[in-house]
Amino acid sequence: MRAGPPRPGSAPRSARGRALQALALQVLVALALAGLACLAVTNASEKLARQGITAGFGFLAQAAGFDIGQRLIPYAAATSTYLDAFWVGLLNTLLVSGLAIGLATLIGFAVGIARLSPNWLLRTLAATYVEALRNLPLLLQLLVWYVAVRVMLPEARDPAAWGGAYLSQRGLVLPRPEFVGAAWLVPAAFVAGLVGARAWMRRRARRDAAGAEPGPVAAPAPVLALGLPALALVLGLPALAWIGLGLAGHPVGIAWPSPGPFGPEGGLGILPEFAALLLGLSTYTAAFIAEIVRAGLNSVARGQGEAAAALGLSRAKTLRLVTIPQAMRVIVPPLTSQYLNVTKNSSLAVLIGYPDLVHVFMGTVLNQTNQAVEVVAITMAVYLTLSLGLAALMNAYNRRAAPVTR
Amino acid sequence: MRSLPIPLLAALLAASPALTQTAVRAQADTLAQVRARGHLVCGVSGGVAGFSMPDGQGRWHGLDVDFCRALAAAIFDDPDAVRFIPQSSAARFTALQSGEIDVLARNTTWTLSRDTAAMNFPVITFFDGQGFLVRKSLAITAVKQLDRATICLQQGTTTELNTADWFRTRGLSYQVVTFANSEQTLGAYESGRCDAYSTDKSSLYGERLKTAHPEAHVILEEAISKEPFAPGVRQGDDAWRDLVAWTHYAMIDAEEAGISQANVDRLRGETLSPDVKRILGLEGRYGQGLGLTGDWAYRIVHHVGNYGDVFARNLGDGTPLKIPRGLNALWTNGGLHYGPPIR
Repeated sequence: MRAGPPRPGSAPRSARGRALQALALQVLVALALAGLACLAVTNASEKLARQGITAGFGFLAQAAGFDIGQRLIPYAAATSTYLDAFWVGLLNTLLVSGLAIGLATLIGFAVGIARLSPNWLLRTLAATYVEALRNLPLLLQLLVWYVAVRVMLPEARDPAAWGGAYLSQRGLVLPRPEFVGAAWLVPAAFVAGLVGARAWMRRRARRDAAGAEPGPVAAPAPVLALGLPALALVLGLPALAWIGLGLAGHPVGIAWPSPGPFGPEGGLGILPEFAALLLGLSTYTAAFIAEIVRAGLNSVARGQGEAAAALGLSRAKTLRLVTIPQAMRVIVPPLTSQYLNVTKNSSLAVLIGYPDLVHVFMGTVLNQTNQAVEVVAITMAVYLTLSLGLAALMNAYNRRAAPVTR
Repeated sequence: MRSLPIPLLAALLAASPALTQTAVRAQADTLAQVRARGHLVCGVSGGVAGFSMPDGQGRWHGLDVDFCRALAAAIFDDPDAVRFIPQSSAARFTALQSGEIDVLARNTTWTLSRDTAAMNFPVITFFDGQGFLVRKSLAITAVKQLDRATICLQQGTTTELNTADWFRTRGLSYQVVTFANSEQTLGAYESGRCDAYSTDKSSLYGERLKTAHPEAHVILEEAISKEPFAPGVRQGDDAWRDLVAWTHYAMIDAEEAGISQANVDRLRGETLSPDVKRILGLEGRYGQGLGLTGDWAYRIVHHVGNYGDVFARNLGDGTPLKIPRGLNALWTNGGLHYGPPIR
C-alpha cells in the first residue's frame, strides 16, 4: 500500500509528511526483517559448525541400510541410498494422496448431491455423514480405522481366501499380473481404451448438440446407450490384448499368492496401514467436499434447474448438463484447498505406520543421519512443490471451466 | 498508534544480537548453566519400564532416571533437582543439540556415527543387545526361524539397521512395519499385525509386561546386536563430559568397594580403607577437578545408591522385570562394568 506521489505545491504538507513517514516505516521494517533473517542464518550455521554437523546434501548418496514396508520402486537395504529411500517415501505419499483425492471427490460429490435430494432418508443420511466425519479430528479417525482394520480382519495364519486373493491382518494380497516381454500391451490397450471412450463420448455429445439426432426433449438418450460402448472399449481392448498375447504364445503371467508359514505371501499386497490411511483421508475429506458441492449447487440460479425441467430433462441430466457445469466455478477454488489438505494430511501416516515421505525421510533418515536442517528443508520443499503444482493445475482447470463472457 | 512501531523495532534490533550471543555462549559451559538454573534438565524416553517411567504420583523411576538423579545429587546435593523431559527417538538428538536438555539419558545406543555427528557418549551405563518378542504359540526358539515373518519395529533406531543386516547376511527375508513410538509398535504386535516385536532385550522385558497376557509371549534368548546404552552430552564441553562419565564410575567404584546406600553413612564415620576414603571425599580433593565439592561421590551413593542398588531397584529380581545382571555385573563378577580408580 503505497501512498500516491504527492504533487508539489498542490498537496497539503501533512499528506506529504505522512507519505514520507509511511515510507520510512516500511524501509525500517524491511531492514529489521532482513537483519533478523541474517542473524538466524549466521546463528544456525555457527551452532551447527560448533556441534560438528557437516552441512550439505552429500549424505543422500550414502547407503540407507534399513528396509521399508511398502515400495513402488526397487529398493533394498544393502544397495539403496538415502536418496532412494526419499523416492520410495515420496512415491508412497503421492500414491495415497492421489488415490485419496480421487476417492474423496467421488464420495464428496455423491454425498453433496444426496444432501439436496428430495428423498428424506438419503438427505438425512448424507447430512449425518457430513456432520459426523467433519467434526471429529482426523487423527482420531485414522487411529479408529487402523484399529478397526486390524481387529476385524482374520488372523494372518488363518486368512479369508477368495479366488486366489487372501484377506487377513497382514492386509489384502491379490494375484499380481507379471508384465514381462510384450505384456506391456495390456496396460497400453487399457489406456487406448480410455482415450477412445472419451473421444467417442465427445463425438456423441457434439452430435447431440448439433441436432443430428432427435433432441433430448423428444428422447433423452439413456445412460446405458452412452456408457456401454465406452465401457466395452475400456475393458474390451485390454481383454483382447490379453487373449491375443495368450494365443500368440506369450501369456501374461500371474503371481498367485500362497499361504506361507506366517501368513499370505507373494502377489500384490495392500497393507492395512495403506488401507486405513486411504479410507480415513478420503472419508474425512469427502465430508468437506460434500459441503463445497452442496454450496456450489445451491449457488446456481434456481431458474436454471426449472428451465431444464421444463425442457423435459430428467433430474440426473439436469444435474450433469446444467447445474454441475455452472456450479464448478464455485466448487473448484475451495476444492483445491481440500486437495491440498489431503496431500498435507497424508503425513499423518506417521501415526499408523504407513511409510510415507515424513515417516521414512523425516523419521528414519533424519534420525540416522542427523542432517536435520537438510532433511526438514527437503521435506518442506517437497510439500510446497506438491501443493503449488496442484494449485496451479486446479487454477488452470478453473480458468477453462469459468464461463465465457460474451 | 503510528509512532509506536519505531521504538519497538529499534528495541528489537538492539536486543537481537544480545539474545543470540547469550544463546551461543550458554552452551559452552553446561555445568555453570545448570547451576544458574538451579536444576538439571534430563531427556528420558518416558515409557520404558525400568529405565524411565513416571508412576501414579508423577514421580519418575528407572535406571536412566536414577542416573540423572545421581548427577543432580553430585551437583546440588539434591536428587530431585532434575526436570525430566520425555523425548521421542526421532527428536532426542535435536533436543540435546538445541540445548533444550543438558543430558540425554534415554537408553540410547552408542554408535560411531552418532558419536561423530551428533553428540558425545561419555560412558556406557548399560550393556544390552537386540532381541525378539514372539508368541509362545509360534513355538519359535531361534531368530532364524523368523524367516518370512512380519516384524514390528520402532523407527529411527539402530534396530532397523540391525534387523536388515542380520536377515540379509543370512539370506533370510522379512516384512517390516515401523512405528514412531513403542506404544504403537507394541499395539500392532499384540493385535496380530506382526509375528515378532524386536527391540533391545532390556525393553522387551518391560514391553511384555504391558501386554494383556504376558505369559503368552516369550523373549528369545539370542541377541542379534551389541547395544551399549550411554548418556549423551553436547560436543565441545569436556568438563561436562567428564562429570557425566564420573557420575557413573562413582557408582561402579562404590559397588566394587562395598559402599552401598545402606551402609554409606556408617562407612563414612568408621572406614579405614583408603579406597573408600577417597571415594567418599574423606581423603584428597578429587571433586574439585570436576567442578564439584569433595563429597560428590558420597552424595551420589547417599541419595541414589551404587550401581548395584540402582540395578536391583529398577531392573533386578525385586522388580517385575527380573532382568539378570548378565553383562551388567561388575568385572569382578564376570560382567563388563569397570570403573577407573578415583585418585
